[in-house]
Parts: sequence; C-alpha cells; structure tokens
Amino acid sequence: MPAALETVTSPAVLAFLLGVFAALLRSDVRLPDAVHTALSSYLLLAIGLKGGAGLREAGLAEVAVPVLAAVVLGVVTPLLAWGALRVLTRLSPVDLAAVAAHYGSTSLVTFTAAVALLESQDEPYEAYAATLLAVLEVPGILVGLLLAGGAAAAAGAGRREAVREILTGRSILLLTGGLAIGALSTPASYDNVAPLFVTLFPGVLVLFLLDLGVLAGRRLRDVPAAGPGLVVAAIAIPLVNGSLGVLVGTAVGLSPGGAALLGVLTGSASYIAAPAAVRLALPQANPAYYLTTSLGITFPFNLVLGIPLYLALARTLG
Amino acid sequence: MRTVPVVCLTIVAEAVVEARLLRDLEAAGARGWTLTSGHGRGTSHIDASDWEGANVRIETLLSSAAADRVLGMLAEHYFPQFAVVAWVTPAQVVRGDKFL
Repeated sequence: MPAALETVTSPAVLAFLLGVFAALLRSDVRLPDAVHTALSSYLLLAIGLKGGAGLREAGLAEVAVPVLAAVVLGVVTPLLAWGALRVLTRLSPVDLAAVAAHYGSTSLVTFTAAVALLESQDEPYEAYAATLLAVLEVPGILVGLLLAGGAAAAAGAGRREAVREILTGRSILLLTGGLAIGALSTPASYDNVAPLFVTLFPGVLVLFLLDLGVLAGRRLRDVPAAGPGLVVAAIAIPLVNGSLGVLVGTAVGLSPGGAALLGVLTGSASYIAAPAAVRLALPQANPAYYLTTSLGITFPFNLVLGIPLYLALARTLG
Repeated sequence: MRTVPVVCLTIVAEAVVEARLLRDLEAAGARGWTLTSGHGRGTSHIDASDWEGANVRIETLLSSAAADRVLGMLAEHYFPQFAVVAWVTPAQVVRGDKFL
C-alpha cells in the first residue's frame, strides 16, 4: 500500500514515532509546556485561517449540506462508539460514556496530519474542511455526557461547566476565530500572513508531533492495564466511524480528498477538548481509560494506518 | 514588629479544577491567593491534563475560621472526585487586617 508507506515515512509521522520511542526509553525529550501550548495555538489558528479562506471562496450554499452531515455524524459516532464499547469491554456506565464522548469529538492533529498528507500527494480537497472540524468538536462531547445520564446526574452543575469549558476553551475559540478571520480577510491581506501560517505549517507540525509522540508513548505504558477489549475497541471504533464518515462525505458530494478528511474527523478521538470537559463533568470516570484509548492507541493508529485507509476508501468510492 | 497569627492554607490540585477552585475559594472568604504550577504525583495517579499544564499550587493567608470553611468545602465537593490535597500551617503576618 504505497499511500501507507508514504504516510509512515513522512517527517511528521517519523517525528511522532521518535517521540514515542523517546518516551519508552524514558528520555527527557519534551517541549516545555509553554511551547507546547503555543504550538497548539498556532496549529489551531492556522487550520482556522485556512478553512476560513476556503469558506470565503466556497460560499454558504456549498458548505451547508456537508456541515449538516457533520452535525449528524457528531451525534451518531459517539453512539456507535458507546455500542462497540458496551460489547467489547466491561467498563462502568460512566466510563463508557466518558470514552464515547472522546470518540464523538475529533482530533485536530489527526486532521492536520491528513491535510499535510493530501497536500504532499497533490490530492485536492474542499478548502473549507476545517469548518467541519469546528462543527464536529462539540456535539460528540455533549452526547457522551448525556449518555452518562443518571450515573452523572449528581454532577449536573459540572455538566454546565463542562459545556462552558468546551465553548470558551482555546481549541474552539481559536478555531472558530481563525475561520472568521480567514473568511473576512481579503485574499491580498491573507497572502500577507500566509508565509507564517501556510508555508511554515508542515515544519511546525513536525515539532508538535514529536512532543505528542512523547505524550502518547507515556500513555502506551497504561495499555496493558486497559485490557484487550478496550484495545480492540480503540482500533475498531475509528475504522467503523471513519468509514462512515467517508461514506457520508462521498454521499453529500465531497471530493475523495474531502470525504477522506471527513472520515479522519469522525474516526479520530479528541484528546484536548474532550478530556478537560469530561474530567469536569464526569469526575467519577477513570481518565486512564479515555486517555489511553484516545491518545495512546487511536491517535497513533489513525496517524499511521487510518488516514491512508480512509483516503484509499474515498478514492475507491469517488 | 508586631505580628498577627493567621494560617497559610496550601491547596495542590489538578489543573482542570483551577477556575472552579479559585471561585469557591473567594466565596469561602479568601481575600487573595498566589498560584504556581508544577508537576507531581499523588495517590490517585490522575493527571487528566498532563499535556496542558500540570498541577496548580494555591497558597492563601486567611483566618483559621475561613480556612476551616475552605477545608469543609473541599471535603464536600473536591476530595471525593478530584485529585486535590490541602494543608494548613500557622503563619505570622504584619498588617493582619489585610487577611482577616
């Protein structure tokens, strides 16, 4: 599978694997927290700006149906994840809901790595795809919190706070802010900032993935404790949800590149917005389960195998 | 110089509860605080946000009655669910009316 080989040998993925390797060796490789935060802010804003510029060119009519599809997928994917987890694992109801919320939400970095892959292969995609990222981030978490239902009723105040946390958190604010800036700015003024936000982007992504590799590598140590059922679920859920995203993307008329990106969005699990929100709203849930699955298993799986698979499926369908 | 006895309350908590904790602290009567972030490990082994900053350490000077209120609030709303520890040490301050 040449696409898979090309993904694995891209500097971004190799840097990620280097980070994982460093973590397994217990090396001191790690960016300072402030740099990590700054880089993730940069990636959010850059993805937002780029999507915004695409939004300006596409116009609302073209975007409406894919956005609607993304909202529906945002509700369906956590339910599918919840069902798979119920069958495959023996997690408590609160832990089930907490993990499902992560699969309902989406991963910026997986999306970013997929965009980088599409561009390196000259595969065209809808430039407004980042809008779908912003749309998909929230509903999945909310559905997950609702799934916790009675078990978490006591934490009702926490749920409100969690919603606030998601909506005012850095990821949503910078992403939607970037979309707005990109959509409102003129092409000439956008070109002025493009050297920082477009040209440097793949290099910054390499640096960020190195650091994320270290974090994922640390989580790998917890995998044995998670149990085989959860490991199987952490690979099966992205495959099912990702394929569903590709199918729906193709059905609503996205290009193969765009459908693959929608697959990446629905198949990936959040590990920035969702963990913070879930920790506040469902403190009884064990973070080891949702962090290990989303960051330790699903993220590396998608980065190396999932993205090329969704792209291959989209090309076959398209 | 004449000093007044107060207590220094130190709370170490996972970063995710920072905003909520500071609000509750103020409501319980703390008139100021100092916050630093750091790393650590506790019995819960919970670090729900180790990619977004680590633990926070909040120190505040207040009357022992106010410290009791804060500890009661922590015992009710935080200790059962979140990774939080707190302790109280005696302190002597000048300008006692600033803290009491």
